[in-house]
Amino acid sequence: MLPELQAATRPEARRLERRPPQPAFIRATHWVNLVLITLMAGSGLGILMAYPRLGPRGQDYGWYPLQGVKPPAALTVGGWLAGARHWHFAFAWLFVANALVYLVYFAASGEWRRRLFFPRRDARNAWGTLLHDLHLRRTAPPPVGLYNGMQRLTYTGVLAVAPLLVLSGLALYKPVQLPHLAALLGGYDAARAIHLLVLGALGLFTLVHVVQVALHPRTLVDMTLGGRPGAEEAS
Amino acid sequence: MSALTRRGFLAAGARSAGLVALGGLACDSDRPHAGFLGLMERVNDRFQRALFDPRRLAPELPEGEASAPGDFPAYRIGAVYPSAPVGWALRVTGLVDRPLTLGLDDLRRLPRTHTRVRHHCVEGWSAVASWDGVRLAEVARLAGVDPRARYVEFRSFEPGYFSSWDLESALHPQTLVAYGMNGDLLAREYGAPLRLYSAVKLGYKMVKYLAEVSFLPVRTGGYWEDQGYEWFAGV
Repeated sequence: MLPELQAATRPEARRLERRPPQPAFIRATHWVNLVLITLMAGSGLGILMAYPRLGPRGQDYGWYPLQGVKPPAALTVGGWLAGARHWHFAFAWLFVANALVYLVYFAASGEWRRRLFFPRRDARNAWGTLLHDLHLRRTAPPPVGLYNGMQRLTYTGVLAVAPLLVLSGLALYKPVQLPHLAALLGGYDAARAIHLLVLGALGLFTLVHVVQVALHPRTLVDMTLGGRPGAEEAS
Repeated sequence: MSALTRRGFLAAGARSAGLVALGGLACDSDRPHAGFLGLMERVNDRFQRALFDPRRLAPELPEGEASAPGDFPAYRIGAVYPSAPVGWALRVTGLVDRPLTLGLDDLRRLPRTHTRVRHHCVEGWSAVASWDGVRLAEVARLAGVDPRARYVEFRSFEPGYFSSWDLESALHPQTLVAYGMNGDLLAREYGAPLRLYSAVKLGYKMVKYLAEVSFLPVRTGGYWEDQGYEWFAGV
C-alpha cells in the first residue's frame, strides 16, 4: 500500500486487507475474459487469413516480418471469412461488456490500489524481481502485498494497451463513420497494424503469464476459488 | 463477504458460463445468419444504422494517394468477366413514379460526379481509385422514389449477381453508378459498362455489370450476402 494512500483512506485499506486475494468479480471477469478473448483472437486471425499482409495494397509495411504468412488454421475460429467476421463482431460486444464490468468493479472497489503499478511502491521491487528472473540476483524481493512490482507493471501494461485493441478495432469496423478515430490511429491500414500488434503483445503476455502460473500454482487456485484474505502477507 | 453472497456469486458465474456455452452451441460458422451469430448480426445492423450519418463524407484523396495500376484487384464471381448484352441500358424500377431506362449516353448527360476515396475490402485490404459517374441520389430524383421504398436492390446482368442496400446508404452523396475509373472508361474487369461504387460500404456490396436498380419496401439478400456475408456491411 502506498504510504500516502494508507494515510488518506485507512478504513478502506483495512477493508482491502480483509478481502480475498481474488474477489469474485475479478475471478468471474477473468475467466469469462479468457473465453471471450480466445474467441476474439481466433476469429481475428481467421479474418487475417483472407489478407495476411499489413499496409495499403501494393505498399506493404517493410517492418512487418510476416507479410503473406497465414496464421495456423488451428488457431482460427469461424472456418471461413464470413464465419470469422460474424464470430468477431458478435463476441466483440460481450468482450467489451465484460471488460466494462471489470473496470467498474476495479475502480469502485478500490482494487486498483493493490493491482496498479505505482512507481514509488513498485519500481525498485519490479527491478529486483526482473534481475532475479534473469538470474542476475540470487534472491527475489518479497511481494508488496498482493503482487510484486513486476507483476503490477505487467498487469498495468495490459490494462494500458487493451483499450487500443478495442479502439483500433472500431476504427477498422467504421473507418468512414468514425473518421477522427481512424485518423488518430494513422488511418485504416495503420489501425489494422495496431490491432494485430496489440494482439501479438497480449499473446506474448499470455505466454509468460501461463508459464508464471505453472511455476506458482497457488495463483491458479486463488484465481479460481478466491484464496484466503491476508494470505499474501504470509507468503 | 458472507458465505451466502459468495454462493450467489458462484451461482451467477456458473449461470453465465452456461449461457456462453449455449451461445457457443448456437454459433454455426456455416450458417452465420442464424442462431446467436445471426442475432448479433441484427444487433450490429442497428448499431451500424445508428452510426451512419447520411451527410458525413469520406475524405476525398489527392491523386498521389491513388493505388498503382495492378494494386487495385479485380474479382469475378464466374469463370469469365461477363460482357454487356446488346442494347444494354440501366433500368430503374420498383416503387418509383417514373420507371426509367438509361443508356450510357443518357447517364453521361446527367450531372457527373468524380470521387477518389479509400476502398475497403472485406478481406482487409484497402486501395484507392478515382471513379466517375452519376450519384444514385440523382437517378432516384429523376425517377421520383415513393416514400414507401426503404431499400434498394441492385441487379447485375451477370446471372445471380445482386445486392440489397438500405436506402440511406444508397442515397449517400458518395454512392454512384460509375461508368469511369481512373480517368478512363470502366474496364470489363471492373464492371463495364456500369457498376455501383460507394465510399460507405465494403467492396462486395458494389454490384458490377449493373442492369437494374429497384426501389423496394423490403430488404432482400445478395450474391455474397446469401452465402453468409453480412448484409449491412457499412464502413
